[in-house]
Parts: sequence; C-alpha cells; structure tokens
Amino acid sequence: MDTEGLILNCENVVVDYDGFKALNNCSFSVNYNELRVVIGPNGAGKTTLLDCICGKTLPSSGKITFGNNIELIGKNAEHIAKLGVGRKFQAPSVYGNLTVWQNLDLSLKRMSKGVFPTLLGKSTPEERERINETMDTIGLTPDAHSRAGSLSHGQKQWLEIGMVILQDPALLLVDEPVAGMSDKETEQTGRLLSSLAEKHAIVVIEHDMEFVRQIARIVTVLAEGTVICEGTVEHVQADEHVREIYLGRAKVAH
Amino acid sequence: MDSQSLRWGYFSRMGIRRLYGQCKGGDSVTKGFMKRGPCALAIALLIPLFFVLNVAPKPVNAEGEASNLAAVSSAPALSPIEQALADLSSENAETRSAAVALLIEKGDASLIPKLDEIRATADRLVRQAIKPVVDLLKNRANLTSELPDYRRSAASDLASTGRREAIVWLQAAAAKEEVWWVRYTMEESANLLEIRSGDFAAQQIAIKKLGELRSQNSVSILKELIEAGKAAEATEEQKTLMSAASGAILEIDAWSTKATIIETIFRGISLSSILLIMSLGLAVVFGLMGVINMAHGELMMIGAYATFITQQAFIALLPPEHFDWYFPVSLPLAFLASFGVGWVLEATIIRFLYGRLLETLLATWGVSLILMQAARVYFGDLTAVIAPQALRGGAQVMVGVYLPYNRIFIILLSIVCVVGIYYLLFNSNLGLRVRAVTQNRNMSACLGIPTRKVDSYTFAFASGLAGIAGWALTMVGNVDPGLGQNYIVDSFMVVVTGGVGKLAGTIWASLGIGGLNKVIEPFSGAVYGKVFILIGVILFLQWRPSGLFAAKGRSADA
Amino acid sequence: MPEQMQPQQNSRETLSFYLVGAILLIVLPLLNVLPAEESWLRVSDFRLNQFGKFLCFAILALGLDLTWGYCGVLSMGQGVFFGFGAYCMGMSLALGIGKESVYGSDLPDFMVWTQVKELPLFWYPFKSFAAGILGAILVPMIFAAIFGFLAFRSRIKGVYFAIITQALAFAAWLVFNRNETRLGGTNGLTDFKQLLGYRLSEPSTQLGLYMLTVVALGAGYLLCRWIVASRAGKVLVAIRDSESRVTFTGYTPWIYKLFVFVVAAGLAGLSGMLYAPQVGIITPAQIGVLPSLEVVIWVAVGGRGTLIGAILGAVVVNFARSVLTNYFPEAWPFILGGLFVVVVTMFPDGLIGIIRKLFSGGPPVASAAMPKPQTQGGR
Repeated sequence: MDTEGLILNCENVVVDYDGFKALNNCSFSVNYNELRVVIGPNGAGKTTLLDCICGKTLPSSGKITFGNNIELIGKNAEHIAKLGVGRKFQAPSVYGNLTVWQNLDLSLKRMSKGVFPTLLGKSTPEERERINETMDTIGLTPDAHSRAGSLSHGQKQWLEIGMVILQDPALLLVDEPVAGMSDKETEQTGRLLSSLAEKHAIVVIEHDMEFVRQIARIVTVLAEGTVICEGTVEHVQADEHVREIYLGRAKVAH
Repeated sequence: MDSQSLRWGYFSRMGIRRLYGQCKGGDSVTKGFMKRGPCALAIALLIPLFFVLNVAPKPVNAEGEASNLAAVSSAPALSPIEQALADLSSENAETRSAAVALLIEKGDASLIPKLDEIRATADRLVRQAIKPVVDLLKNRANLTSELPDYRRSAASDLASTGRREAIVWLQAAAAKEEVWWVRYTMEESANLLEIRSGDFAAQQIAIKKLGELRSQNSVSILKELIEAGKAAEATEEQKTLMSAASGAILEIDAWSTKATIIETIFRGISLSSILLIMSLGLAVVFGLMGVINMAHGELMMIGAYATFITQQAFIALLPPEHFDWYFPVSLPLAFLASFGVGWVLEATIIRFLYGRLLETLLATWGVSLILMQAARVYFGDLTAVIAPQALRGGAQVMVGVYLPYNRIFIILLSIVCVVGIYYLLFNSNLGLRVRAVTQNRNMSACLGIPTRKVDSYTFAFASGLAGIAGWALTMVGNVDPGLGQNYIVDSFMVVVTGGVGKLAGTIWASLGIGGLNKVIEPFSGAVYGKVFILIGVILFLQWRPSGLFAAKGRSADA
Repeated sequence: MPEQMQPQQNSRETLSFYLVGAILLIVLPLLNVLPAEESWLRVSDFRLNQFGKFLCFAILALGLDLTWGYCGVLSMGQGVFFGFGAYCMGMSLALGIGKESVYGSDLPDFMVWTQVKELPLFWYPFKSFAAGILGAILVPMIFAAIFGFLAFRSRIKGVYFAIITQALAFAAWLVFNRNETRLGGTNGLTDFKQLLGYRLSEPSTQLGLYMLTVVALGAGYLLCRWIVASRAGKVLVAIRDSESRVTFTGYTPWIYKLFVFVVAAGLAGLSGMLYAPQVGIITPAQIGVLPSLEVVIWVAVGGRGTLIGAILGAVVVNFARSVLTNYFPEAWPFILGGLFVVVVTMFPDGLIGIIRKLFSGGPPVASAAMPKPQTQGGR
C-alpha cells in the first residue's frame, strides 16, 4: 500500500466542461477517521470534487484511490456506494413519498440490494434496532411515520444524514449540511458530525465559517479547481493567498 | 456555426451585460418583438415572393394560339386537309386511314378543335381513328411550346405513339432546342422511334446513340432485341443488333447506378429537411422550456389548413391569374394561425405544467387528439393544395436524376429556418432574454425580464414555426387531419437522438435519421426501414444516452 | 400473500377486495343466469362479455400503474405487449378453427387468400393450446426484458423512455400490419370457433371466460399489491422520488425498472390473452400508438400510484366510451383528449384522489401516487 493511512487519495484530477476546467489538477487526500472541511469561493470546484469521488462525474484525467488502493474513476455510482462511500447532497435528497422510517430502512446497509432479496426480504430485529437508534440520533423518532416530503428543511437534512449513516460508509461526503438551519440546529449538526468522525472519515463542504470553526481540525481551501492551501483554521485564515481570493472578493467570512 | 455558441444556455459575459443594460432601460419583450418580429417576418415573406416574381412565363394558351393559326389556314376552299377531315367520317376504312395519314403528315394544331368536334359526334370506329391524330398533333404543337416541361413531355409522349412520322419533328425540334434536358428527351424519343423502325442501319445507329444517351427508357426495348438475337432462328442482323444492345445496356446500367446513388442522397436530404423543419420547433420548446409538445404535429396541420383556406379564398374571390399569389400570402397566415393557437395553448394549459415533462407530454397529446378530430369533423379527410407554378415540375440535373422543385424548396426553407432561429436566439436581444429565462428564471425576473411573456412568446413562436412547416408540407403531400401524426414519431426520434442541449444536435440527427431512412428503404421497404431506425436509435442511445450533443455541467442532470 | 404480511393495516382494503371480488365473481354471473330474460335485473350476455373486456383492460392498466404510477417510468408502448399476448392466444385459437374455416383448409383463412401454402414455422408451437397460453405471457416478458435491458441500462429515462416506447408502438403497428409477417395483416386474426373444445359462441363459454378474467384480475391485483408492499416496492417509489439518491444508497435503479417493466409486460400479455377469445378478434389497430396511450389515460383518470385507481380508471373510461360512442360517435376523440388535459392539469390524483378528498374533506392526497402508508415491520 503506497497510500499508507489514507482512505482517499486524489491525484491531478481534471474535470473539463467544454473547455471550462471545473477541476484543474486537483490533488487531495484524507486519512482514516479524519474530519476534513473543504471551503472555497463559489465555483471553486468543491461539489465537482465530491461528484468525482462518488462516481457522478467522470474526470477526464487523474487518479482517485479509495481504501486499499481501489481506483474509483470509471466505476459507477452504485458500485462506489457499495464500496463504502456515502454521499449527502447539497439540496436535501430524500424520498418525499416514503415515511421517515421507510427512508431509513431502504438506506440501511444490507448483504444484497438486488431485486429479489429486496422483494422477499424482511427487516430483522437487529436491523430495526439500528434504524430506531439512528432515528433517535437525528431526532426524528416522533416523525417516524410521517411522509419525508412533509418535514422541514432542517429535518430533511438530518434525515439524509441519517440515511447516509445507516449505509455505514467508511467515507462520508457531506455537501453543505447546515444550509438553511437555525443556529441551534447547526450546532447539533456539528456535534453529530464530530461524533461520527470517531468511526468514519468525513469530508464536509461548508460556507458557514462559524460552523467550520466548530468542527474542523484541518481545512482545505479550493479555488479555481485546485487546492491552494491546507492546514488548521487559524493557519488558513492567516494565509495571504486565501485572504486575497476570499476576502478580496468581499465574501467576508465573519 | 460552431457548436459552442449553439448551446442553449451559452452566455458570454458580454451577453449578460448587454442583457442587463437593455432591461434596465425598461425595454420590454414586446418591444423586442416589435423591433425584430416584422424584420424576421419580412425576410420570411421575401423568399416565396422571390419565387413568384421569378415564375416562368404563364403556360401558353394553346387554344388561343390555335385559333390564330386556324384563321390563317382556313381561307382556301376545300383544301386537301378539309377533304381529309371530311373523309374521316367515311364508311370506307381505306379512305379513313388515308385521311389519317394525310392529316398526320400535313396537319397542325389548328385542326384539333375541328377534330374534337368530329370526335364528339362520331361513332366508335371513327373516334379510334381520330385519337392518334389528335394526340400526335397536340404533341407536335407542344414541341414548340414556350414551357420546357411541356416540350419535354410532348417529346416523351411522341416516343410512346410509335409513329415514324414523329422522328422528323423530333429531330427538327431537337436542333432548335436550347434546354439540354428537353433536347435530350427529344433525341431519346427520336432514337426510340428509330429503333422500332425495322431499318437495320437506322436501328444500329439508334442503339449506339441510346447507349451514349444512357437512356433509361430504352432498356426494355434493348432487352427485347437481345432476346430476339438469342432466339434459335435469329438472323445475322438480329445477332449484330443483340451485341450492340448488350453493350448499350452495360453503359446504361453503370450510369443508372450512379444516378440512383445521387437520387438517394437527394431524397435523404429532402426527408431530412422535412424532419428538421418539424423538429426545430419541438427542439426549441423542449430545449428552452422543458416542454414536450405532442401537439406540434397538429400545429403544423393548422398551418397547412391555413394555406388550404387561403387557396380556397383565392379561388373563390380573385381572378385565376392571381392564383399563384396565394402561396406567399398564406405564409404569414399559416404562421399567425399556429402562433395564435400556440399562444392560447400556452396560456391555458402549458403554463400550469412547467417543469413536469411527462405531464406536458400527456396534456399536449390530449390537445392533439382534440385538434385532429376537430379538423376531421370540419374539413373531412382529404384536401389538397395546388402548388404554385414555380414549384411544379423539377430540374433534370443529369440523365436519370430529376429533382422536383418542391423538394428543393423545402430544403432551402429548412436552411432559412435554421439560420433564422440561430439569428433570433443567439444574435438578438429577444433570444438573449429567452436564454436568460431558461438558465435562471428568478435572476431574469430580477433583471426586469417579464418571464411570463417570454414563456408565452417562445412557445407561440415555436408553434408558428410549426405553422411554417405545415405551410411547406402542403407542397409535398395532402392536407389531412393525420398530417402531423405522419411525422411526429420520427421528429421526436430526431429530438431524442440530437440531445436536448444544442441546436446542432437537431440538425445532425435529422440528417442522420432522414438519410438513413432513405438508404435503408430500397433494401427493406419503408416499414422495416422504420423498424431499423428505431433499433438504430436505441443502440445509438446505448453509446450516447443523452443524445448526440448533451449539455454538460452541473446543471445537466438537475 | 399480502394479507399475512400486514394483517391489521389493510383490513379495510382486504374487505373491499373480497366484496368487489364477490360481486364480480358471483353476483354478476348469477344475475346473468338466474333472472328471466326480460327482467331488469338480468345482466345480458352482451353486457357481461363487455364487462369481461373492461376487466381485461384493467389488468393491462395494473401493469402500467406499476411502472408509471409507482416507479415513474412512463411506457407508451403497453399496447405492444398486450398485442403480443393477444396474438399468441389468437394464433392458437386460429389454428383451433381447423376445417371449419371458410375455405375448409387447415390453414387460417387469411393464409389461404394471401397464398401461403404451408404453415409458417413460428406458428407450429401454437398448435398446442398450452403453448398459446404460455407464449401469451412469456413472449411479452422476454421482449420487454430485451427492450428494457437496452433502454434502462443506458439510462434512457423520463420522456426519453416514453418517446422510445411510443416509437416502439408505432413500429410494431407497422410490422403487424404487413402481410408478410403472416399475422393476418390489417385484418388480424378472427373468426375463432372453439377453445379447448368449448364453442366460443356459447354464452356459457363466455361466462366461463368472464369468470376466468375476474380471477386473473384478482391474482394480478394481489401480485401487484405484494410487490408494492414489499421493500422492493418502496425502492420503486424511491426511484420515482429521487433516482440519484437510490443510486448512492447502493441500489441499481435500472434493474428495478427492468423488473417492473417485465412484470407489467407479463400482465399486459395476460390481459391480451384473455381479450382475444372474449372479443373474438385481434387486429393491429389494438396495438398502435393511440391504444397504448389510452392505457395511460385510464391509469391517469383512475389515479396513478393506487392499484385500485388503475382498475377503476380502466373500467370507468371504457364504460364511458362504449356508452358515448353509441350516441355521439364523433365526440369520443374530443372527450378522450379533454380527459388527458383535464386530468393532467386539474386532477393529478384522478378519481381516487377526488374520492379521498370528498370522504376525508381534508386536503388532497399527498401527491400523485402515494398509496396508503404501509409500515412494513413498523417500530
């Protein structure tokens, strides 16, 4: 294993949209059980980076290896999901016409997700226990049988996080988890992510610097498709280049 | 046109700035339309006008000409011709045939009215005797008609009469003829008559000449000669003719393969342009507004009926010499009729369904059923539009390749439409706004673009395009309630294959599907051709699931 | 069977299932047989036969509801699978005519007058009636599997899929119309005489077929309900709601779509199989673009995403059609078109949605297509 201790390693990833390079030689790596925050101005390529990792977008060149040196580029999304990469989208993506319980039940990690096992399968007591636990964690127990479509925005975000947790991924990709949440909800989300980081590696994209400061250990700054700086929050904030692209553009962090 | 700029959503920074500047000034879309609309309309109007103003001279009034001649020739009393005319009604068969021979040799078109008169009252035998005389004389007169098409068809008709007298006429006419393909037909006909003459030397020359002419029409008689030469009792002469004929056939076959290829290509392009002209409107509403308009075919039908009604009005209200004007006049009417129906459709149904593709598909299907049935109830099943003079006939570009003008016209029209849409969408303020609304509705509204109006005008405009397509389609087929249905499946295949992202996709896909259709057709027939196209499209989508030109980027699969 | 899976949840639905089943299977046939000829209670042979046809269509609608209502995959080519089923059955029936045909030949009439001397090879299996039945269900399923595999695997979805299936319907219609496909051309297959020795002209045979249709519809309904209630059924709804989320959860959406598409094709085949002997004729006119679209409107009118809605829609629309075409033959296309527009724009939940609204008095049902929440497993 040449990527000792790394769960994810991206090398020189390039994504080209008709001449516009959304990612330009981006290199980026994450350790096991690390919580990494990625920040950057709009259009820096943050979401595209996650899209490449989880198989939604196919980079035109580069390497992305996961865990035990498994190349992810070229694999399809469901394969990558089965390998243990979970993804939470920027806009909450839950099944609006299913109940919270059903949403979670479908997401639970299972031996097989083929048609016939799913058609015939029933939940075991242990599985139900796990779902109930998660439902407690995300605070949706009272809404277990409501339609997910009727939840508030923040609750949907949590439900989606819960769904990703139940997949039990080795690596969690989380895109703007606290957008549209109140301060209190934001703080709770921060605590949830921090506690998850004890068992999983997590990559979080976030704009809210308050939140970043709360959860981040190491921050990666992305701009124009490449990593321009990496380090602690203080280190990053002190960096001249970062200040220039961030503050210079009047996107004041706080 | 580079594909980059053909992308619906494509914007340059300049464009956005322009957009902002324009809209800040309180300029509204309607004003944009006022400025651009008439301009585009005028251009569109000019094209057919051009056609009509350039029409060939009106068909010669054969009867007028004839009566002049008659006035001159009827002066002397009981000329041989008049005698022969009288003899036609004779009881004696010999007298009759002598009269016929004389009339053919000496007569001219001026006799036709008289002959017709005799024919009207005569018994069957006499009528049979007169018929070839009339045909020959008519055709002979037409050999000198002012219209090349008349001269040409007269020449080919003469070949089928089999009368040797015509050879001289044809040769004389050919010597004076200026239009090459009319001259060609005359020479061909003369030689075809010669080949049946039974005169060995003349036959030999004719065979050689027909081979040089690559005459398709001579193939059957050449084959007859070959058969005759193969027969056991064949004479030396027949054998010589056989070898000459087989040589000529080889030449003709080699040429006709070439001609078939060229014609297939032309037919492919012609079908492609029909598909293109139909798909453009579909692609615009699909690509820009996210609406699948299943009633597009019926909007076309409305355009076609508008043309039909205009034609009927011209017939009823105006003198016949202005008839051809109905065609250019009906263009704006067809456009406006479809535009209006499209506008109403958008205002009453479509606007509740934005963003719900499948629902738009179903609702517009319903509309299409209603419109189709309405047309069926009101107009009945079959009505046709008569093409204006300029679009009748065709151009013989080379031996065996005949390109009808109406097809050429549609090909040109489709090019004009593509250029027009390209200009409107990518080069006008109006198009800029339309694309702005497509990309970001809320932002556009903030910039002061009246998004509702943009929606309804875009849809109505695409409907108007359908009307133009229907207007053009009256030239190649009947106007019937099923007009739209005939092509709708194909044109949706074009849109799917082309991809939603770009105009260029629609162009290429219609070329591909239209061309393929015509290439496959000769081998498998039209029905299996369609099946193969479907299989082809499915297999193609395996390779490119979102069509030829898919929009890339983050918003692509939103 | 679902009853055992959710005993408490669906007691009302189960009750109505048995109730409707009893009416269709026992009461109507009794009313056909018992009352005197002129009694107003009597259900005439004609009506019963007609009803049997509607119930065939209901089976067809069930299949489409499964793919469109639940999984969001709109197929505008269901008529093709229906046609395959009907033609397979029709071929068996046509060979069953034997020497009774107009020309007294062993070959079906149309072959005689299109100068076909020998039975085409693909007709041979249908000499056996069992093959007719098996073929009627398997042929559409196999065809759907191949077509669906190609379409879904390459991620053709939404309107793209709808348009491709419409082209399929169009192409199939063209091909079935041809004489050289040896399926009777435009006139189709007709003039069936007997089925396993029972005369098709006998009212008792038709009654039997009617009852068979009711049983088949019941079985089809239970099958669909079982699928919908299972976790796989939830995956179907999930695919409709957010396909990408399903993908990132480790399911392979296209396989699920293929599965329901094939099941729906099987149901369509079953429906066609029962249709052919009851109506007595099958022509290409039943499988073109418009018939395929009518299936869509049945489901939309009834209420997509509810199995009951699909059945209700098929029966109601077809009943209305048979009544209206009698009185105003030219008006039907207007009404059909109007139904498309009105249902899509104003009543996305169809009749079931309206009924629920009336009975609950509250806000409309959740959205197009949510069946009653069924907590499988629960807490």
